[in-house]
Amino acid sequence: MSKFQKKSANTKESIPTSALPDIIFMLLIFFMVVTVLREVELLVQIEFAQAENIEKIEQKRLVSYIYIGPERLGGGELGDTRVQIDDALIDDMGAIRQIMYDKLMEEHRLIVSLRVDRDSEFGIVTDVQQELRHAGTLRINYSTLRQH
Amino acid sequence: MLLKKRQRDDVEIEGSSMADIAFLLLIFFLVVTTIDVDTGIGLVLPPIPDDVEPPPIHERNMLRILVDAQGRVLLDDQPTSIPEVKDRVINFIDNPTNDPNLSESPQDAVVSIMTSRQTPYNVYIDMLDEVVGAYRELRNTASMDRFGIPYNALEDNSIQQEQIQALYPMQISIAEPDEG
Repeated sequence: MSKFQKKSANTKESIPTSALPDIIFMLLIFFMVVTVLREVELLVQIEFAQAENIEKIEQKRLVSYIYIGPERLGGGELGDTRVQIDDALIDDMGAIRQIMYDKLMEEHRLIVSLRVDRDSEFGIVTDVQQELRHAGTLRINYSTLRQH
Repeated sequence: MLLKKRQRDDVEIEGSSMADIAFLLLIFFLVVTTIDVDTGIGLVLPPIPDDVEPPPIHERNMLRILVDAQGRVLLDDQPTSIPEVKDRVINFIDNPTNDPNLSESPQDAVVSIMTSRQTPYNVYIDMLDEVVGAYRELRNTASMDRFGIPYNALEDNSIQQEQIQALYPMQISIAEPDEG
């Protein structure tokens, strides 16, 4: 009995924890860098289409999103297909031109990512595309998921 | 007086709770992080035409793809199923048999896409996927032949990549929407 006690009493076995904050900070900084805070609250329902031949957009800061899908009404019901840019639904299609033109002036290499619900009709996408052409934002990207 | 001050020098800030604070922040960022990469099919829209007429394209160099309101795909007015589109497009661009109805050379080939207002979006995407896939396959083959590595493995903006892109320029044109 006394033998055991002696052993544990004489040696200091604690792991040095002085470097712990540094390690944690490193992890913290990593996650801070890769984090993209959820930018908008979606007012439309979007189920992505799937495709095989897709590319990644590496530079996220160049991307501006346009959401097209059925409007989310209360109680899980869906309304008509609407267009959302940033936090607002667009009532007047002609307004898209000005919004996108302003964005293009801020960032000349702007890529417009169209996040369109897979069940929508293409007509509304055509309208948006026409406005984009008028605004001069010609680089677009149809957001799709990888097909499995 | 002086002596007293010196004695207080060894007062330290307690640093042991630093780890806890950092942990808290770390957990916050862990929770809110979404490491999802944006993926999609990239395309460049044609600019709004000026008054100047664009140079005419020979009929044989243009492959017209129409996706109608019922989601049917028509290649040069021939109904085609989605999985067939890729091979038809490859055949059109490359034209290995020098068919006088298909493109003169890959550099001249233009794929023109037309839709109607009621075209289902997912059919459009499936069709576009096939067309992009056709270009990808052609570029891949050319890259394997010339450099022995797949097109994806080529460095971005390298001379090799530009060569392949010049060989098979991706000329997808969105046709002007018709009214109504």
